[in-house]
Amino acid sequence: MTNLLTVEDLRVSFPTRSGTIEAVRGVSFTLGKERLGIVGESGSGKSQTGRAIMGLTPPHAKITAKTLNFAGVDLLTASAHSRRQMRGNRLAMILQDPKYSLNPVMTIGRQIVETLRTHQRISKADARARALAMLEAVQIREPERVFALYPYEVSGGMGQRAMIAMMLIADPELMIADEPTSALDVTVQLDVLRILDRLVAERGMGLIFISHDLRLVSSFCDRVIVMYAGKIVEELAAIDLPNAKHPYTQGLLNCMPTLGTDRHPLPVLQRQPEWAL
Amino acid sequence: MTIALNIQNLSVVYDAFVALNDVSLSVERGESFGLVGESGSGKSTLLRAVAGLAPVHSGTIMVEDIKFSGSQRDKAFYRQVQMVFQDPYGSLHPRQTVDRQLLEPLAIHGISDSEPRILRALDEVGLGSSFRFRYPHQLSGGQRQRIAIARALILEPTLLLLDEPTSALDASVQAEVLNLLEQVRRERNLTFVMVSHDLGVVTHMCERLAVMQNGRIVERISSAGLVAGQVADDYTRNLMVASKGFVRVG
Repeated sequence: MTNLLTVEDLRVSFPTRSGTIEAVRGVSFTLGKERLGIVGESGSGKSQTGRAIMGLTPPHAKITAKTLNFAGVDLLTASAHSRRQMRGNRLAMILQDPKYSLNPVMTIGRQIVETLRTHQRISKADARARALAMLEAVQIREPERVFALYPYEVSGGMGQRAMIAMMLIADPELMIADEPTSALDVTVQLDVLRILDRLVAERGMGLIFISHDLRLVSSFCDRVIVMYAGKIVEELAAIDLPNAKHPYTQGLLNCMPTLGTDRHPLPVLQRQPEWAL
Repeated sequence: MTIALNIQNLSVVYDAFVALNDVSLSVERGESFGLVGESGSGKSTLLRAVAGLAPVHSGTIMVEDIKFSGSQRDKAFYRQVQMVFQDPYGSLHPRQTVDRQLLEPLAIHGISDSEPRILRALDEVGLGSSFRFRYPHQLSGGQRQRIAIARALILEPTLLLLDEPTSALDASVQAEVLNLLEQVRRERNLTFVMVSHDLGVVTHMCERLAVMQNGRIVERISSAGLVAGQVADDYTRNLMVASKGFVRVG
């Protein structure tokens, strides 16, 4: 299997007045046409890893890596212009909350068409037809009506589906989903995940699924990376999750209250300083 | 058992939108009662109506033996009933220290021994006095939620309204906050009404729960009954399937 993405010793640091904050400290992994989950709590560097790959890290941050290679392109030396051409076209990202990530003053249809026409030479009528087909593919029942709506006129689940449609329309090779369902209701979460699952399988793209929910990630991905304090503490196949070795992974698995288990008080993570070394 | 909270035929209407439609429920003293449902089902509105933060259209709310209708609440009410909100980043004043935030309810109610009370409240939520003069931006999400809980407990209420107290927190921090809430309930014999969209959390924390949809209660069930799958309503069943996580078809 050829690697779509190779990340070796990725470091992201933010200079601040009170010293440098290292958000990502030496992350290495490779990704083929598979689903990779990145799990960790707030501040573990999981989102910054995704953003560094997308090229969305704030300009004052410092990114270093031994290798950061996407399909033969060295992302570290690529110009801003070429990275911009890749974003949305070959690399796409779904963000957490459709309320903030969609443009509030543009109709959903126009935003999808804009993505397509930025990256491909295509007539307006064709772009519209593709956008409508894409909205249908994310199971929006009346694509014509939703096409003309503004983001505030649709529900969270519908907005997130529109977001998925927008990200998939240019047929990217790699999709990064950063907490794509955390802002949605549990019942809607499953619908959105099912759509994402089907489309990723049909189109054969690589997927990086970033989430704080270990169980959700393990049910959705082939492989899971667990991050703590900017480092990878454990990498394992999703089916091996019950046999996780690192105490942090075990702690994350145990601390969730679930239906049918009666544990009072809940086991709490005992953070060890050596995990962060 | 005495009834701590009794709601009869409560309706909340915003302009033409009926947020809560003829809801009745009663919670016994010392009990923990859960409300589950998706966004817009009216579960938070129910809590806000009890706290006097939503326009009550009709119906009555009884806390202990005092009857309230409308949204007027007196000072004595807020010594009995306190609320913890969902977002710890939004519910603390960003430019006041922890000390100032905890002093506020004491000042409003004219309670004099503020010094030992603040120290005790901080100690009770497991933060210690070193956090006393910090600002909210110097605290993590879990620590902020602990301050919000301390602020609610400092007046020694008997009924605590919890509006998704852990949904903005990481799973590992959620466990800590849930344990803290259980502990204070046990120690003070508090009554909880807790809203959550997470069935796992609600069955863990509450003995009984009500499932809400479109401003109505569609099902009342005990946590044990829910775990055993004695569910009558389809919507509750959907929620149960959803809480089990993603299952790939085929």
